[in-house]
Formats: sequence, structure tokens, C-alpha cells
Amino acid sequence: MSELSGLEIRQLRVSFDGFTAVDGVDLDVRPGDLRFLIGPNGAGKTTLVDAVTGLVKAEGSVLFGGDELLGRSVHNIARSGIGRTFQTATVFEELTVLQNLDIAAGAGRGMLTMLRRRKGVPESVGRALETVGLAELADSPAGTLAHGQKQWLEIGMLLVQDVRLLLLDEPVAGMSHDERQATGELLERISEDRTVVVIEHDMDFMRSFARSVSVLHAGKVLSEGTVTEVQADPKVQAVYLGHAAVQDAELILAEPEA
Amino acid sequence: MTEPTAPKGTTVVAEWVVKSPVLKGCSARAAAGFAAAAVALFALAPLALSDFRLGLLAKYLCTAMVAVGICLAWGRGGLLTLGQGVFFGLGGYAMAMHLKIADAGPGNLPDFMQLYGTATELPWWWRPFENPLFALAATVLLPMAVAAILGSFIFRRRVKGAYFAILSQALTAAFAIWLIGQQATTGGTNGLTDIQGFFGYDLNDPVNQRMVYFVIAAALLLLIALARQLIHSRYGELLVAVRDSEERVRFLGYNPANVKLVAYVVAAGMAGLAGALFVPAVGIISPAMIGIVPSIEFVIGAAVGGRASLVGAVLGAVGVAWAKTALSEEFPAAWTYFQGLLFIVALAFLPGGLASLVGIVRRRRAARAGGEPSPALPLGEAA
Amino acid sequence: MTVILGQTFTGISIGAVLLLIALGLSLTFGQMNVINMAHGEFIMAGAYTTYVLQKSISGAGLSLLVALPVAFLVAGALGALLEWLLIRRLYLRPLDTLLVTWGVSLMLQQLARDIFGAPNVQTRAPDLLTGNITIIGGDDPLTFANSRLFILGLAIAAVVALSLTLRMTSLGRRIRGVVQNRDLAEVSGISTERVDRTAFFIGSGLAGVAGVALTLVGPIGPTMGTNIIIDAFLVIVVGGIGQLKGTVIVAFVLGVLQSVLEYSTTVSVAKVLVLVAIVAFLQWRPQGLYTLRTRSLV
Repeated sequence: MSELSGLEIRQLRVSFDGFTAVDGVDLDVRPGDLRFLIGPNGAGKTTLVDAVTGLVKAEGSVLFGGDELLGRSVHNIARSGIGRTFQTATVFEELTVLQNLDIAAGAGRGMLTMLRRRKGVPESVGRALETVGLAELADSPAGTLAHGQKQWLEIGMLLVQDVRLLLLDEPVAGMSHDERQATGELLERISEDRTVVVIEHDMDFMRSFARSVSVLHAGKVLSEGTVTEVQADPKVQAVYLGHAAVQDAELILAEPEA
Repeated sequence: MTEPTAPKGTTVVAEWVVKSPVLKGCSARAAAGFAAAAVALFALAPLALSDFRLGLLAKYLCTAMVAVGICLAWGRGGLLTLGQGVFFGLGGYAMAMHLKIADAGPGNLPDFMQLYGTATELPWWWRPFENPLFALAATVLLPMAVAAILGSFIFRRRVKGAYFAILSQALTAAFAIWLIGQQATTGGTNGLTDIQGFFGYDLNDPVNQRMVYFVIAAALLLLIALARQLIHSRYGELLVAVRDSEERVRFLGYNPANVKLVAYVVAAGMAGLAGALFVPAVGIISPAMIGIVPSIEFVIGAAVGGRASLVGAVLGAVGVAWAKTALSEEFPAAWTYFQGLLFIVALAFLPGGLASLVGIVRRRRAARAGGEPSPALPLGEAA
Repeated sequence: MTVILGQTFTGISIGAVLLLIALGLSLTFGQMNVINMAHGEFIMAGAYTTYVLQKSISGAGLSLLVALPVAFLVAGALGALLEWLLIRRLYLRPLDTLLVTWGVSLMLQQLARDIFGAPNVQTRAPDLLTGNITIIGGDDPLTFANSRLFILGLAIAAVVALSLTLRMTSLGRRIRGVVQNRDLAEVSGISTERVDRTAFFIGSGLAGVAGVALTLVGPIGPTMGTNIIIDAFLVIVVGGIGQLKGTVIVAFVLGVLQSVLEYSTTVSVAKVLVLVAIVAFLQWRPQGLYTLRTRSLV
């Protein structure tokens, strides 16, 4: 496994036609962190990830392991070890699970390998199949998978891609309680030797698995720290439920897991 | 190639096909398919068809060669190229230019230049085509180079889908108009006509016409084998991935522009070779064979047979070309209505083409047998 | 100087024709993302409507005036029929739509051939539109054909009418709503089916109007649509999807470019050069001149 790297974001700014979606964000993610990004809709969470992965143009600076990412093309950034998933699972529906993973594993392959058939299952692909629990479905078309399985396949694709930073956009949306638990444990294992950033709306999930949390609001970082620290921050409570409801918010945010 | 007509030769061909290194690692079924195709093309067709019909078949097989490329670029890569006429034309004109120079003999100008040209010597861009090797290489490499340049511009800036289709169609229209405009050097609307010889062989001799047919049939099989290898390789899987979700592929660290470019360039080369072999088979190349309408006719064959299936695309192309001859000789109006209907039925109601019927029937049969129905085969996986 | 002005005026009149043809497409292709290759045949239908009307109405001027609304209705009805029969089944498959409508266009061309014969026909232009107006007199006069001026006026009127319809009427708001978010429009109680069909009716009707205008500058024939439709599609591609102003600007720019290049080279070389210019332009603005920003992945 390659060495751990952290993410350093300085004064990141993204505007669309005059609307500023990300407005001067500073964010540090330690190597090996399992960081949750939370915040109301429109806070700029997804746009932040879009900027880091090169999908939208941004100003400022994004360093990963000391390398500047801004201004590089999407596939170039992906090749330097940064992978992401999307709010709606995007896998190649007409290819099998195995083919999906094999493609994810192969960005560095040479011409000759590409022009030959795949023989057997590459080792990293086999390991990823086990890790995300899809070994038995290896030959099913990805389009026939259940929603949660697609999300896992996406995470598996990031694993074989051997990324050092995973940016996951709502990975447990639409999953059952058990599936969430399994996904969370999977993320904990992954973050032992990789850096993971998760955008999430599910507060229970966040409380159970986050090592650190950043709260975004209106394009800025509102609060940062451990789950407990963030929950105690009155600014966060205000944003989530409005000033009048601070008391309720405390209740909701502090509510222990069911 | 071995003796084509004798029954003994047939088995030799079949054996050669099965043992050929290109097919190593293919399933037995594919090898059997190739053997059957070889028998049909090299033994049955020459025995059963008159010289005239064999000549027509040669022409249809050229269309099928273009369809092989379309199957790769459109069926697998999602690149609806309505401009294959450009590449077909580049290959055809490259070949025809050499043959015209050779027909005229050393020191003479091709006949049409003497007729309407004011030039007393060959234009500079005709000169390299005096060399047979240059001309032969150009038939494939010139279309590939043009596709590479155009494609890299178009794909790099993510012009895709319908935009790509419209641009490629505009390209073929512009090319045809340009050819028509340069009457003194390209023959204008008439094109390059009345080609007599093919590298020293007299094309009026039926024996040599047969030879041209065999060359075309062999080239078609070669292109099918090449396309098959590409489709089943890792590259082929990646191409389908790019077709289905280009952005996702980008986030895996690939540049989809390059993936599409390969398919586009290979398809262009195939169309170029088809155009080059079309010239000796038919004796003419003209703007009418490469404009908007013929370019879209290349696509219809592949669409009717099944765009994503090589066998479907090839059989579709031959079938549609045959239907065109058969119907348009007798009832030209009926042919146009029929062609229009083909487009509508094939694309609106059977997007996988006739090849997808095979899959549907197979699934029905499996279901009736009480077995677990296999998952719906996606478009890209038909046959 | 006169030469440059003259070429510019020729370009503007080419641009006006292009604009009129592309305007309907800006609705069906630009707003609804349907590539209707039979749009050219709707133009042809408009042209033949003019031809038929002139046989029964003696005055050329009157028949032209009557032809404008009738051609709009004829072509619009054809468009609505096509939408109902085929296109609505294909909204998620734009490339297949392209090929299916190409098939329709082949059949419509043959239908025209069977009804009116393969050779081109002509209509008489009203006297008012046969002359020229002189812009600069003298030895080297600069003139503008009245018919071209009429087309320019018609194009401008059509642009104004269409943009007012889209902006001011409830139908226009519905069309824009459906374009921007189909699902949301649906749950807001808008019948997307009806909106689609109406938009298609209007877009196709505009093709019919363009067909009437084309009878003033050229012959009417079964294949008249095929030759011009590609240029019109290029106008939309370069102008940007869903943007009327892009269509207007690009139509005139391409018209002038074509005319200037034709003057300095030949017609056929100019065609190739315009296409090269378009490919080069798309390097700079791959989404066209104006675009709606969206956040979707594709």
C-alpha cells in the first residue's frame, strides 16, 4: 500500500455565473482520517468535492500529499490517487461486476494489455470482491444489482483503483439499517490505510463512524472537530434548526443511537 | 488463400481459419462461425452465383466492411458516425487515383483531365499516387489520419452524442461538395470513372473480377476477426464503459477522448479499405457514393442487423444492400418507402436489430423450459 | 468598400434564411433535445403548400399571405403527428430519434415525388417582391433584393413572436418548465405530454413558414429540405442549446462568413472552411455560444 497522504484546502472558491457555491473554504484532512462533511442542502459540500476532483473550476489551492490539484484535468487527478463516488450510484450497468472492477483497476495499463482479453481475475480485483462482499455476484450485470450493492461496487472500484483519498457522496443513502452498519464498518477498515472523506446527511451514521467532522454552511466551514465538539457548537445547532429551536436541536443532535 | 472452389480446398480453408493465430483463444462456436462464413464466401457463393451476381456480392461485402467499423464505433462506442462516407471516399479516391494514372500509362494524363482540365501535367497532390505502394497504404492510412486529427479535436472538447452525429454528417456533406467543386482534378460530379486495370490485371476479364471478389471476402473476414478481438479485449469493455458513462470513466483515471478516438480511427481505416476495394469491384468512385445519403445507408444496415453485434451488423449490411438492388431495380419508389420503414421499425421498435431477436428467442425458450430466465441481455451484449 | 458591404448584405440575407429554418429547430432540438431530421421535409411541405395555394388563388401577393398561416398549420400538424406516432416513444434515445426521423424524411420526400413529380417547381413572386432596393447608388451600386428584405423581416418577426410566446404566455412558461426539469414539471401538474406536442407543433409550424419564404429565393423540390437542414442544425449546435439569442447571432455570423469566404474562394471551398471554423469554435466553446449551466453529471 502506498503511503498515507492528507488533504490541505486553502481559500477554495467556486462560483457559477455570479453565485458563489464555495466561498473561501479552508479544510485540513489528516492522513488516515475518516472525515464527515455535513451541512444543509446547498452548503457547497458536493461542489467542494467537484472542485477537488477537477469537475468544476475553482480558485485557491488544494494540496494532496503536497501536490497541487487545481487546474489539472479530471483523469489526471484521478490518476494521482483520488477517487470519488456520486450521489446516485454510477456504475457501468451493461458490464458485469467483474468487468466494472477490472476497468477501475486498469487506468495504468499499457496498450498491449488493453488489446488482449482479460484472463481470470486480477488479484486486486479478487480482493476487492471479497472486501465489498460481491464475490458471488461477480458475473452479474451491474445494472441488476440492488441499490446498496451498487454503492458497494463503487467503493470496490475505488479500492482496486488503489486511491489514497476516497471522496464519498452520500454512500449510505437509501440503505437499510444493516447495510449502513456494514458500510460504516467497511469505511473504518478502509481508512486504516487510506484517507476517507464522506458527505452525509444521516446523523446517526455520522455519529457512529466519524473520526472528525466539518460542518459546511453557505459555502463556508462553520465548525470543525470531533463529533462531540461539533454537536456542542451553538452555531451548528442554529444552522440546522434555526435560532428558535436551539433547544430542540440540542436534543436531536445529542440523541444517542436508537 | 487456398483453392476456393474445390471441396478439398474448402476443408483446408476451414482448417486454416480454425487454426489461425488470430482466433487462438476464441470459443469453438466463434471458430465454427468463421469456418462457416469462409465456406459460404469462398466455396458456395462462387459456385452458386453468376459472375454478375458475384460482382454485386463483392459490392455488398464492401458495405459490410464499413458496417464492421460502425459496429465498433457506434454499437460499442456510442459514436453515431454519419460521416463514414468521407473515409470510404478517401480510400476509394486514393485507390482510383492510382488506377487512373496506371490506366493512362506513363507520361499521360488521366482521360478526364484531358477532357476538362487545362492542366498539362498531374496536379502535385496526384503525384504521390503514381506509386502503387503509397496509394495502397494511403487507402487505409489517409482516412485514419483524417479521423485522428478530427477526432482528437472533437472528442477532446467532449463534443458527443447528437452533436457528434451532426458534425460528422456536415463533414461528409462538405467533402462531397468540395469534390464536386474540383472538377478538373477530381472529376467533379462524375467522379473517377471507367477504371480498366487493377495492378496490371484487366478488370474486364471475369477471372480477374473473381479474384477481386476473393480479395474483398478475405479482407472482410480479416476485419471481422480484428473487430472481434477489439470488442472482446479489455479495450472493448472500456469502450462500452465510455459509451454508458463517459464521466465515470474519467474519474477512474482514463481519458475517454483517447478511448473513443481509437474506435473512430479504426472504423475510419475499415471504411477506407472498403472504399479502396469497392473501386476495382465496381469500376467507379463518385461523390454520389460518399455523400450524406450513402453515409447514412451504411448505418442503416448495421442498425437493422444489430448495431452491437458483429454478425448482425455484417448480415444487416449485406441484406439491406441486396434489398436495395432487388427492389430499386423494379420499383424505385417502393424501395424508398421500404428504406424509410426499415429505419423506423429497426430503430423505434427493435433497437438491438435482428440480432437481438436471437437473444429474445433464447430467453423465451429458457423460460418455457422452466429454467431460471437469464437476466435481460443488455443491448451491448446481444450475440 | 462596396464589395465588403455587398458581401455583408448577401451574408445577412443568407443568415435570415438560415435563421428562419433554424428557429423551429431551436424549439424542437434546442429546447426539447429532439433531433428531427424530417424538419427539412416540413420546410418542403410549407413550400409545396405555397405552390398549391397559388394554383387556386390567383394573386401572387394574396396567396403568399394566405400561405404563411396555412403552411404553419400544415407543417405543424405533420410535426404533431410525428411526435405522437414516433418521437414520444424515443425521448430517452436521441440518436435513435435522429435515424428514425431520417426514415420519415425519406418517406416524405418520396411522397412529394409521387404527388408533385420529381422535377422542381416554381412559384411566382408577387410584383412587390421582385425588384431591388438600392442602398448605394452610383457607378458601383449596392442593391438588396426585396424578396430577401421580406425574408429578413419575416425572420425577425418570427423571432420576436417566438421569444414573446416563450416569455410571456403560460404555454411558454410551461415549455420552459418542462425543458428545465421534466419530473418537477410533471409533479407540479403540468401535462408534459401536451406541452411536448404543442412545442413540437410550433417548432414544426415554423419550418412550414420557412418553406413559404424559401419559395421566394429558389425552386421547390422533394429534396430541398435535405440540403439546408444540416446548416440549420449546425446553427443550433454552435449557438448553444436552449438559447434563442445564440441561434440568432450564429445564423447571421455563419451567413456572413459563408458569403465572404465564397467571395474570396469558391462556394465549395467556402463550405469546407465554414465547417473548419465551426470545429475550431467548438474547441473554444464546446457547449456552443450560450449555455444553461446544469449540475448533472451528464
